[in-house]
Amino acid sequence: MNKEVIIIGGGVAGMQCAISLAEMGVKPTIIEKSDKLGGKLNDWYKLFPTFTSASEVLNPLKDMINELGVDVKLSSEVTKLEPKSVTLADGTTMSADAIVICSGFEVFDARLKEEYGYKIYDNVITSVDLERMFCEGSVQNLDKNSPSRIAILHCVGSRDEKVCQTHCSRVCCVAGVKQAIELKELYPKSEIFNFYMDIRMFGCGYEELYKEAQIKHNIHFVRGRISEAAQTIDSKIQIKSEDTLIGRPLKMTVDLLVLMVGMSAGKSNNSFATTDGINLNTSGFISPKNIFTECVSSDVDSIFYAGTVTAPKNIGESITEGVAAAHKVAKFIKL
Amino acid sequence: MSWGYTINRARDIDMDRNDMTISKLILEKIPSLQGCIACGACVATCSTGALTKYSLRKVHTLVRRGEYSGLLDELNKCMLCGKCQLVCPRGINTRAVISLIKRELGDHR
Ligand SMILES: Cc1cc2nc3c(=O)[nH]c(=O)nc-3n(C[C@H](O)[C@H](O)[C@H](O)COP(=O)(O)OP(=O)(O)OC[C@H]3O[C@@H](n4cnc5c(N)ncnc54)[C@H](O)[C@@H]3O)c2cc1C
Ligand code: SF4
Repeated sequence: MNKEVIIIGGGVAGMQCAISLAEMGVKPTIIEKSDKLGGKLNDWYKLFPTFTSASEVLNPLKDMINELGVDVKLSSEVTKLEPKSVTLADGTTMSADAIVICSGFEVFDARLKEEYGYKIYDNVITSVDLERMFCEGSVQNLDKNSPSRIAILHCVGSRDEKVCQTHCSRVCCVAGVKQAIELKELYPKSEIFNFYMDIRMFGCGYEELYKEAQIKHNIHFVRGRISEAAQTIDSKIQIKSEDTLIGRPLKMTVDLLVLMVGMSAGKSNNSFATTDGINLNTSGFISPKNIFTECVSSDVDSIFYAGTVTAPKNIGESITEGVAAAHKVAKFIKL
Repeated sequence: MSWGYTINRARDIDMDRNDMTISKLILEKIPSLQGCIACGACVATCSTGALTKYSLRKVHTLVRRGEYSGLLDELNKCMLCGKCQLVCPRGINTRAVISLIKRELGDHR
């Protein structure tokens, strides 16, 4: 069996796709631009909705990749895509019988929403910063022994035409609820306010987590989008929003403002879309051939997709698409 | 001498100043109220709400922000028929909530 299959990106979707192909007897090659496999999960601490540590998901996948002898090319970025070949940043071209694009998403750059003061005020951080702080065991400016007030703002870089992000990133609602619970557990004296426009708990166990945040942890939910943040003289953050349920403006001072950054389209999507048959949707994610029946296929016979390269998804959905894409590839190369 | 001018009070809900004592007490006594998802089913079904501006969703949200002024008069419009309790998807004992807020705000005293 000497068919070549190239997988672009070694996040959970790419890893699962490689594993499924290898289990069917194909020897795929993963091309990963960073120096390790795992994608974004390397930066997450505990996962919603179960608080499983991210390494518990990643390690078994990595072990399978090793056991099955999947070829992995790290620190290699695909810069050009053809129906039967890819070109890397160093100029090498690799040919393949089929290609699976698993290049994932980018975290939204919160500096674009200047009104929230990210990278301007010290106590405005993003959900990604917070995951890193959880990994390190403490959160900046918060003290376990004294009460603190924390605001978590949903939909930063999602559902926002001003920054060309018309889509809902889906996972940030539940990630915001998860982080509120983690903050409350780490700082039991703190009061946490989640500012939201809608709470979208789409996955299994997510709604239950939301209710747990309300009932067990008394996390406060305020329906309103923060319009601006300003730093006070003592380095706290004053935020303004409308409490839409009451129909009046609301202001409050907090010790920390956490911005739930959404999922933006992958940086490589534009260059991939120069290939005929690869099309982008309005937010820049790659459109699959058919969102109902062909969600891992493209209009090019030899090119397939898996994971968040086509839309915001959670881990389970990304992994499932890895399996689905492997199946489609196997059929295409007439395994 | 009146010149007809007044100073307008700021309209904001001042979370730095509002007294949350009663609000906290109410939530402690009926924690299921924390589970309200503001769906508005209670307001939609309310006979009083059909004829007046009375909104249980709004009243209890005001309580949760420490804004108590005028709420007792609002709640006195309620006939305690309990339809809201039937429709609440989060199973909140709305009649108990109404009675408790009224009691804590000084009614029945
Ligand atoms: C703040 C936050 C918290 C989250 N927490 C959870 C959670 O708790 N539970 C959950 O189910 N989901 C969670 N998610 C969603 C989860 O991160 C995604 O579902 C998952 O990362 C998708 O995997 P992926 O393989 O599609 O993409 P990615 O993880 O983005 O991996 C893509 C890989 O492709 C590589 N790549 C990109 N371009 C190229 C190129 N041109 N050449 C070579 N390689 C390339 C990247 O370096 C990366 O390693 C969270 C998301 C966010 C934003
Ligand atoms: S998941 Fe929630 S926070 Fe994220 S974009 Fe959608 S509605 Fe906004």
